[in-house]
Amino acid sequence: MNRREAISAVGLLLGGTVIGSDFFLSGCKTGGKKERQLAFTKDDIAYLDEIADTILPATDTPGAKAAGVGTFMTVMVNDCYEARDQKVFLDGMDKINELSSKKYRKEFLEATESQRLELLTELDKEQKEYTKNMKEEDIPHYFRLMKETALLGYFTSEIGSTKALRYLPIPGRYDGNVPYKKGDRAWAIN
Amino acid sequence: MTENTYDAIVVGSGISGGWAAKELTQKGLKTLMLERGRNIEHIKGYVNAAKDPWDFAHRGGRTQEMITNYPVLKRDYPLNETNLDLWVNEKESPYTEIKRFDWFRGYHVGGRSLTWGRQSYRWSDLDFEANAKEGVGVDWPLRYKDVASWYSYVEKFVGVNGSRDGLPQLPDGEFLPAMEMNVVEKDVAARIKEHYKLARTMIMGRSANLTVAHNDRTNCQYRNKCWLGCPFGAYFSTQSATLPAAVATGNLTLRPFSIVTKILYDKDTRKAKGVEVLDAETNQTYEFFAKVVFVCASSLNSTWVLMNSATDVWPEGLGSSSGELGHNLMDHHLGVGAAGTIEGYEDKYYYGRRPNGIYIPRYQNWMNDKRDYLRGFGYQGGASRQGWAREVAELNIGADFKDALTEPGLWKMGIGGFGEVLPHHDNKISLDKSTKDKWGLNVLAVDAELKENEIKMRKDMAGDAVEMLEAAGVKEVKSYEGNGVLGRGIHEMGTARMGRDAKTSVLNGNNQVWDCKNVFVTDGSCMTSSACVNPSLTYMALTARAVDFAVKELKKGNI
Repeated sequence: MNRREAISAVGLLLGGTVIGSDFFLSGCKTGGKKERQLAFTKDDIAYLDEIADTILPATDTPGAKAAGVGTFMTVMVNDCYEARDQKVFLDGMDKINELSSKKYRKEFLEATESQRLELLTELDKEQKEYTKNMKEEDIPHYFRLMKETALLGYFTSEIGSTKALRYLPIPGRYDGNVPYKKGDRAWAIN
Repeated sequence: MTENTYDAIVVGSGISGGWAAKELTQKGLKTLMLERGRNIEHIKGYVNAAKDPWDFAHRGGRTQEMITNYPVLKRDYPLNETNLDLWVNEKESPYTEIKRFDWFRGYHVGGRSLTWGRQSYRWSDLDFEANAKEGVGVDWPLRYKDVASWYSYVEKFVGVNGSRDGLPQLPDGEFLPAMEMNVVEKDVAARIKEHYKLARTMIMGRSANLTVAHNDRTNCQYRNKCWLGCPFGAYFSTQSATLPAAVATGNLTLRPFSIVTKILYDKDTRKAKGVEVLDAETNQTYEFFAKVVFVCASSLNSTWVLMNSATDVWPEGLGSSSGELGHNLMDHHLGVGAAGTIEGYEDKYYYGRRPNGIYIPRYQNWMNDKRDYLRGFGYQGGASRQGWAREVAELNIGADFKDALTEPGLWKMGIGGFGEVLPHHDNKISLDKSTKDKWGLNVLAVDAELKENEIKMRKDMAGDAVEMLEAAGVKEVKSYEGNGVLGRGIHEMGTARMGRDAKTSVLNGNNQVWDCKNVFVTDGSCMTSSACVNPSLTYMALTARAVDFAVKELKKGNI
């Protein structure tokens, strides 16, 4: 890896901004590890699995739940987020249930697949708009954090890398001009 | 005493130290190579090199714990989960920043030869003559003709890939076959040529990755995971190349965990008799003796060793009589460039991960291109298609979004500048006697910053990048300007410069300390100016040249 590619390889480059740049490049604003460890329950993981699976569902390739993305999200929130973003993420988990209850009179896990998709699609539009206008010091939108960790967790998992994308551990050669046709999968590592 | 006596001692085991050890041992000298950190064995020691992305709990990112433990490394890309063990423990080895200086270090056998960017370029007389022509600093005591054959010598061993481009400001070398530009880069290069004629050129980067098997080493497998250590030995490092060559002679002793605290100077003979070593594990002190000492501990640390040596004769240390020891600290300034989108190649892709990019050699203040600052910059960059980590404007979430991300995105082309930093006398390091490291040793204080010439240059680094990309048909070009802090180039140079006069330089034209003829300093600290090209190949050439000189002098009885 060279220095030009290092950032985009570990951060998520969504729409021209390095999202997760706080997490990848900022200083620590929190206390020690122990204070920060959050007690995610099995139910929390099941809930996050469904959020992730709504963002990246099974199609002709397995979805985020099959790739264990819910668990991955808790690891990232615990180990990598600063306290501020941990709170945003946790509050966001409550918020999604609240919104689901208000809208469909049932919590997210009880909602139908199409209701989940409808709700999270609205949240994604909201976060895109919010993020476009946010200043550097503003807190991130909780759904953006969820989407980032879901994408990172899925596309770097074994399932995501080898089934949704093409994974080549040892290419052995380089060819800078190969034909591409619509539908061909992208390389797992660029 | 006899068991601690060698013909030669090499302080440090990175790119320069590895070369010194190889050359000395191949010339028959019993050589002791001292490394302050732990040993890393070739291949076996590259613990993460064969892992898959999902083997890393945080997929290569950084945890808050890492951020707390690495207050300097966290400032840029080096802090990551995949090769954390190749960066210095900052708690054990702090330094003082009078002004912010991002110092990214690797304390282990092989040093930063394991993590380097591998870009390998020759200097030209545009670089060697610049100080003299412009009255900046002091004149280099050598010219291209003095180093050219040594560049050839080291390139043949290293294995540098590249194309013969015939550029006077960036001389061709002994190249292995070049790596290939991808389809977009080829067209961008052609359009730059058409637009700028011969005034600006985009060439394929030259790197120390083997494009064919070379000297019993395997060729590159295009994984682009070099900085984890290469299980194929396909890029040049101490471990893959110079160390095995030195070991094969039977003349090398490598001693890890050996912090050289000073050079032992003999007032009567006015020569070094050896070095003092603090064992980093046991805290025991040892003395080792030799006829000649090569100091290759990395730019700032080599000067730290000199500053701690012979202080009873020179209070500011061995080599300080000129008043220049610790001064003229340089780096390359970077973080400025531009990138955009290029259309018309949606039916094209690439195979393999090339550990190399394109290069645009310096063209400013060259031929008729005059600027309002001295020297100039080159660009490194490349074109690639976006991967999954991108936003899809018209899609939100769900099946269509997921399917879109399983396909490659737009082609992007970007270039970033590497600018020359002048040898400013007041950019300097000194000993901070009030701060100690884990071993109770004084740490370095760094006091350096970009000055007017560099700051002016950065405007052009951004502006020219936009202009050139647009001329090449790249759309939506945006420039960026990152942090102009010294150190981030990880090309520290100077602090023990070479020169023609003992009154104004620390080393002579053979990297010999003016004040102590059997001590040679051949790493980045010897640099009299910084040029704008990556410096490691020049350290290699200067080291091999200095060893050749030193051994001849030894045979003549001159040292």
